[in-house]
Amino acid sequence: MGLHIVVCIKQTPATSNIQIDPVTGTLKREGMAAAINPFDEYAIEEAVRIKERVPGTTVSVVTMGPPQAEESLREAIARGADQAYHLTSRAFAGADTWATSYTLQMGIRKIAKEKGPVHLVLCGKQTNDGDTGHVGPGIAAWLDWPNIAYVKKVESIDEKKIVVHRMMEDGVDVLEMDLPSVVAVVKEINEPRVASLKGKMAAKKAVVPKWTEVDIEADKKCIGLGGSPTVVSKSFNPPARKGGVKIDGATAEAKAKALLDKLQEMKLI
Amino acid sequence: MNYFLTEEQQAIIETAREIAEKKIKPVREKHDADESFPWEVVEELRKADLFGVYFHPNYGGLGGAGFELVLVVEELSKACGGIALALAATALGTFPIILFGTPAQKKKWLPDLASGKRLGAFAITEPEAGSDATATRCSAKKDGDFYVLNGVKNFCSNGESAEIYTVFATTDIKRGARGITAFVVEKGTPGFTFGKKETKMGIRASTTYELVFDNCRVPAANVLGKEGFGLFVAQATFDISRPGVAAQALGIGTGALNEALAYAKVRRQFGQSVLSFQSSQHTVANMATSLEASRALLYSVTRAMDVDLKAAVDASEQSGKTVYEEMKKVSTGRWTKYSGMVKLFCSDTAFWVADSAIQLCGGIGYMRDFPVEKFLRDAKITQIYEGTNQIQRNEIGMMITKELAAKGE
Repeated sequence: MGLHIVVCIKQTPATSNIQIDPVTGTLKREGMAAAINPFDEYAIEEAVRIKERVPGTTVSVVTMGPPQAEESLREAIARGADQAYHLTSRAFAGADTWATSYTLQMGIRKIAKEKGPVHLVLCGKQTNDGDTGHVGPGIAAWLDWPNIAYVKKVESIDEKKIVVHRMMEDGVDVLEMDLPSVVAVVKEINEPRVASLKGKMAAKKAVVPKWTEVDIEADKKCIGLGGSPTVVSKSFNPPARKGGVKIDGATAEAKAKALLDKLQEMKLI
Repeated sequence: MNYFLTEEQQAIIETAREIAEKKIKPVREKHDADESFPWEVVEELRKADLFGVYFHPNYGGLGGAGFELVLVVEELSKACGGIALALAATALGTFPIILFGTPAQKKKWLPDLASGKRLGAFAITEPEAGSDATATRCSAKKDGDFYVLNGVKNFCSNGESAEIYTVFATTDIKRGARGITAFVVEKGTPGFTFGKKETKMGIRASTTYELVFDNCRVPAANVLGKEGFGLFVAQATFDISRPGVAAQALGIGTGALNEALAYAKVRRQFGQSVLSFQSSQHTVANMATSLEASRALLYSVTRAMDVDLKAAVDASEQSGKTVYEEMKKVSTGRWTKYSGMVKLFCSDTAFWVADSAIQLCGGIGYMRDFPVEKFLRDAKITQIYEGTNQIQRNEIGMMITKELAAKGE
């Protein structure tokens, strides 16, 4: 029987040091090497691991993005996904997280029509360029499915339910959730494998459908820049952090004393 | 340097390189220090399909041959020649089955070796029989549909970790070289156990064991070739396996040069980068030139061999005859001379290149917590195993003499 998992990915600049254009307030993308958003790599790997655990499972990958984002879909196939779908149209450009999650869930509905009912949507916890973490839960809201974010372990899964460990600041929640649902994962969940040779060959040959707003029957008022309610009033690069003070000392006691002196000198204690 | 690789060969290199960088480099020091087997890397190699590059697609392989194996071993060895041996020693244990296996034998063992589900190993050396394989004492006595093995093999790479062993034993000690027979012995066969685990200078991430046979009953169906044919099995195997050792050596040498360059560039003495001294530049020039010459020789020999090997493998899949029989149809000569040359040249190069890498780094190069000295320790074995370099010279010399004789000179 098996599951149908859809992994949502994004092609982003291949760096964690994103620069913002001070004039337009948007992300600088020119001349940046692109790759799969690192957090999405963990989502792909987890989907492939579930496929290895639950016989008959199939993994679809979807992205919304410009033509060159197809590379990232092929990379996902090389890493073990079975098929990929590309939501691409000029009308999608400039989407905020509201419009992006709307568009992706319309894509997921279309994938379900083509490939069979979807049991689970997997996302990375956030992207390394936008950093919001909105899109995964946003997709769940649009689909009216339950969701859990910050998942660091999938304990068990079958066609009906999933048991996951959610990373919290004060510990770990173990949660059971009915499927279909959406799960956003953190990097602690696994260590992504290197793309296999057979995967690379499959990726080269794969046919990746390109779908526009018409194909996914999207409401034109909900997509792209026009469909995005978010207004960026100002954005800036945070100033680089100055180096800290290193507390030196030959022994732990000497270091503790040096720290104490420093704190007293600063009148903090 | 453009070696005109196919897209598939390029993908093999990229995959192996990514595993070397991401999965091997972070653990090589640990496995070297505690002499533990790198199972977590083996798992990555399995998942990436790298075990299967030199197998026919009928067994789940990618349809390559010796050259594809060489590309993988070279890339992995740039990070760690010891860890690379998990795959390379499996190839050495597998080649006898590829060359001499019947359709049933190939179907039985090759799929698991191609997927990396089970590792292979090759056991020919004995306490009294090293370069002189005719002194083999481990015996195999026919008993109905079985052979009963008694004796020990030593220095078996992948020992204990591997599950499929090609073992050489004498079925007729009076016949010497013509009394040796090759068997496939599976781990878990009653009477087959592991003796001493060796502690080694280098390739410490590879397990090296003594194999002990005590009334071990091996099915007669596990004989490779036929009784008394063992030395042919070994020699034909070495002809195509030695480029694998050469690739390991080339990878080790290249890895050593890369580490030394990275350090010499940033190391400053007398107000300038150590790499900028002319003596350093000459050293680096010699190292790089010899490595590139090694690579050019290795690649051209392996590719030429593969033309015959691939034709024979394809023919064997059609005819049901062994690859060895088909090989004799497609080519008259043996590859001994050239496979000996690549093994000899690449391993001697690797050793002095690794030595020079340490010298280039100075004191830090000698330290265990810096990754250069390990390359020298790992390089040394490539001058010794699969035939010492003295044996390689013997064989090359013998072939040249024979060629002269054939010309009537």
